[in-house]
Amino acid sequence: MSLLTVQDLSVDFTTADGPVKAVTGINFDIQPGECLGIVGESGSGKSQTFMAAMGLLPANGRASGSVRLNGSEILNLATPELNKIRGSDVGMIFQDPLTALTPHLRIGEQMREVLQVHKGVVGRQARRLCLDWLDRVQMPVAARRLEQFPHELSGGMRQRVMIAMSMLCNPRLLIADEPTTALDVTVQAEILDLMAELQKEQGTAIALITHDMGVVARMCDRIQVMRQGGFVENGTATEIFHSPKHAYTQALLKAMPRIDAADAPQLFETQARPILRVDDVKVHFQMKMSGGLFGHWVPLKAVDGVSFEVRQGETLGVVGESGCGKSTLARAVLQLIEPTGGGVSWLGQPIVGLKRAELNKYRKDLQIVFQDPLASLDPRMTISASIAEPLLTYRPDLTRRERKMTVADMMERVGLDRTLFNRYPHELSGGQNQRVGIARAMINRPKLIICDEAVSALDVSIQAQIIGLLRQLQAEFGLALIFISHDLSVVRAISNRIMVLYLGRVVELADGETICAHPQHPYTQSLISAVPVPDPDIERSRCRIKLPGELASPLDPRAALRFLPSRLAAGETNYLPKLIQFAPDHYVAEHDPLELILEG
Amino acid sequence: MIAYIIRRLLAAIPTILVLIVASFFLMRFAPGGPFTSERPLPPQVLANIEARYGLDQPLWKQLYDYLFNIIFHFDFGPSFKFKDRDVNDIIAQGFPISFTYGALSFLVATVVGVSLGIAAAIRHNTWVDYFAVGLGIAAQALPNFIMGPILILTFTLWLGLLPGGGWHGGQWQYLIMPVIALSTSYMGSIARITRSSMLEVLNSNFIRTAHAKGLPTRTVIWRHALKPTLLPVVSYLGPVFVYVLTGSVFVDMYFSTGGLGQAYGGSALSRDYAVLLGVTILYGILTVAVNLLTDLAYAWFDPKIRF
Repeated sequence: MSLLTVQDLSVDFTTADGPVKAVTGINFDIQPGECLGIVGESGSGKSQTFMAAMGLLPANGRASGSVRLNGSEILNLATPELNKIRGSDVGMIFQDPLTALTPHLRIGEQMREVLQVHKGVVGRQARRLCLDWLDRVQMPVAARRLEQFPHELSGGMRQRVMIAMSMLCNPRLLIADEPTTALDVTVQAEILDLMAELQKEQGTAIALITHDMGVVARMCDRIQVMRQGGFVENGTATEIFHSPKHAYTQALLKAMPRIDAADAPQLFETQARPILRVDDVKVHFQMKMSGGLFGHWVPLKAVDGVSFEVRQGETLGVVGESGCGKSTLARAVLQLIEPTGGGVSWLGQPIVGLKRAELNKYRKDLQIVFQDPLASLDPRMTISASIAEPLLTYRPDLTRRERKMTVADMMERVGLDRTLFNRYPHELSGGQNQRVGIARAMINRPKLIICDEAVSALDVSIQAQIIGLLRQLQAEFGLALIFISHDLSVVRAISNRIMVLYLGRVVELADGETICAHPQHPYTQSLISAVPVPDPDIERSRCRIKLPGELASPLDPRAALRFLPSRLAAGETNYLPKLIQFAPDHYVAEHDPLELILEG
Repeated sequence: MIAYIIRRLLAAIPTILVLIVASFFLMRFAPGGPFTSERPLPPQVLANIEARYGLDQPLWKQLYDYLFNIIFHFDFGPSFKFKDRDVNDIIAQGFPISFTYGALSFLVATVVGVSLGIAAAIRHNTWVDYFAVGLGIAAQALPNFIMGPILILTFTLWLGLLPGGGWHGGQWQYLIMPVIALSTSYMGSIARITRSSMLEVLNSNFIRTAHAKGLPTRTVIWRHALKPTLLPVVSYLGPVFVYVLTGSVFVDMYFSTGGLGQAYGGSALSRDYAVLLGVTILYGILTVAVNLLTDLAYAWFDPKIRF
């Protein structure tokens, strides 16, 4: 018998603009112990399906149809009845471990209350069970965690707590709603391994809701593809990935960027002199720490001596996990924050320490596109006014009519319809707003654009479109791009060369092909091996390099030498690993052999 | 934590000094003085009186003497208006009264306001919500100078239940109306802030997690939602506390309670420099102290805040 059977489930929301259908009559079932993937882009209703099943819809939501757990109907049960199932027969984990735990309760308190409510277990016995589960999710120093608050834990550790908490009562079904989307790729790999292990050992069925085909390829036995509230296609992982029948599934798979893509850009061969030269740039922040009567200041080395060059027409990708200083580096290059040390020169002219007025001459050539397209546009300006604004500064000679023509022309280039001319950002979709951001950056025909996580907030298919657009604009205008992202697959899809950052320093710099296929530095190797590939056969046969420990904090001086334990052991804690030329155009930071690092 | 408190107290000293100096000069720059009246005094008499209070000295000397007496004798000087009474007496007599009905008003406003706000948020868009919101708006729209006469008309003149004024050592009959009059509008604001704050908290991810764990609604509200709900309420309560503690001119006027509010208002009108400055400094010290307490209270509501 199926564990969960959903029949003809519909979800409607009453909103001020009338009723909205989020889910339109879907059917599926989950067998005991299997992992079902529910894949779709934002707004496809994949989360609402399970929220409705568990009675967790917001007050304006209505669900109809039938959801049976172990054969008994649970849809629209009264809250006290549902509370017996939630957390006991069905565990749930959510996307954002940062906000999913109650901030003012200790981890131990939050875990124990589950046991108390469902099993009446309290006191020492409850504590032992909690510790037991924290150990099983490989939580480092588990006993101390019970007394800590959520904000004292890293994102990965919080997600481990969420999993341990939802497994406390040995549920038969675990609903995981985008469980790794907010995490770094190496942490994501660990969390996914953990979930796969639980599925195998405890026989827990998993409903994995995600937009990431790579994650699905790794985890799922069967897959359901959702779009606009309905199911498009379902089948086993092999069927879906190797012979997708529906056009939407095919498009989704095609849009997924992969690190092993064959059509990714190659090394850009040019004799041209570099247009941008960054030399040993450092950005240190002073962090206030408590202690003593007046506290004391500790330097946080966000960027600590980074050098690189960018040639006209090429794309340099910058990757690294959270806290590696990639966004700070972008701002320092553009002089949006002043570097603590080092030099940046544009076309041979140094631009560090210039006055605002002098810098403005260079700003015409150096532009940036930000991550959150909606938040980085002025909500009170029409999109055409936003796009036209740089023209007012740099082309005051244009008449109003000419300006309008230029804007209309640029909108067409980036694929924005003319009818959107007088719209406001909130009326546009995320992808359209990002096109506005690109049009605004492009309007003065700059020579370099820095894209800081420019596609990270977008759905996969929109992501592919924006990357296509950037590549096309680059070919047309000979632009240079610096493309910053935490997502290696996306970076690979656009970059000629890739630079890997770790805690404010370059660990490896080479062409995209080399970085993805033959990485030399252990950190790059672990990063590459953690990136999921949307192909179940490849994904399940790959071997992963797991480095010991969590991603280190930039405030920890020892963390900088994570890949040189021999120097640490020798007491040289201030040693800076040098960047060594490994092959032409391939630089690798000094490191100990992998075996030595894996010993921890 | 202790280092933080010491730091804050050290920072309070220059704050209070600036407050004293600024109010001192502001008052002197205002036209008129304590001894100007409609029938001018003979110049000789005026000069004598001014000499007695030291008003014939240069301003900097007056300020110096004033500060010197406060710091070394804790003496705020004699009142210019009431013969034979000094500022210390006036504050010592009025402040306990203001403090009593002020603290009670604060308690009533907070307890009733927070309860109303929570009830409204939990029963969002039901009659409970509408009733609580309506009551809150009505209460907010009734400042104490409107509430005072309404209460006296109803309970004293019409129903004859309560005495119309006086203090009598703070017996309960004499406390009821001042407390209601002073607390009503604050209660309305507190209810409104609590309601919107709790609605926001109830929509947050960790509340969804708490429901997904199968916790009873009661536990979700009291254990998970209450503390974060109260954070914005606490920042509003700080200034309210100072304000109600020092009493209200209108409450003192309508109910003849004899609190500090009346002395303060009266001294401003009659240019009684000494009383006015004395009460201002009291306000200042209370504000600094309550702000410190508010900031410390945050740490209890939000463990992310550490000093």
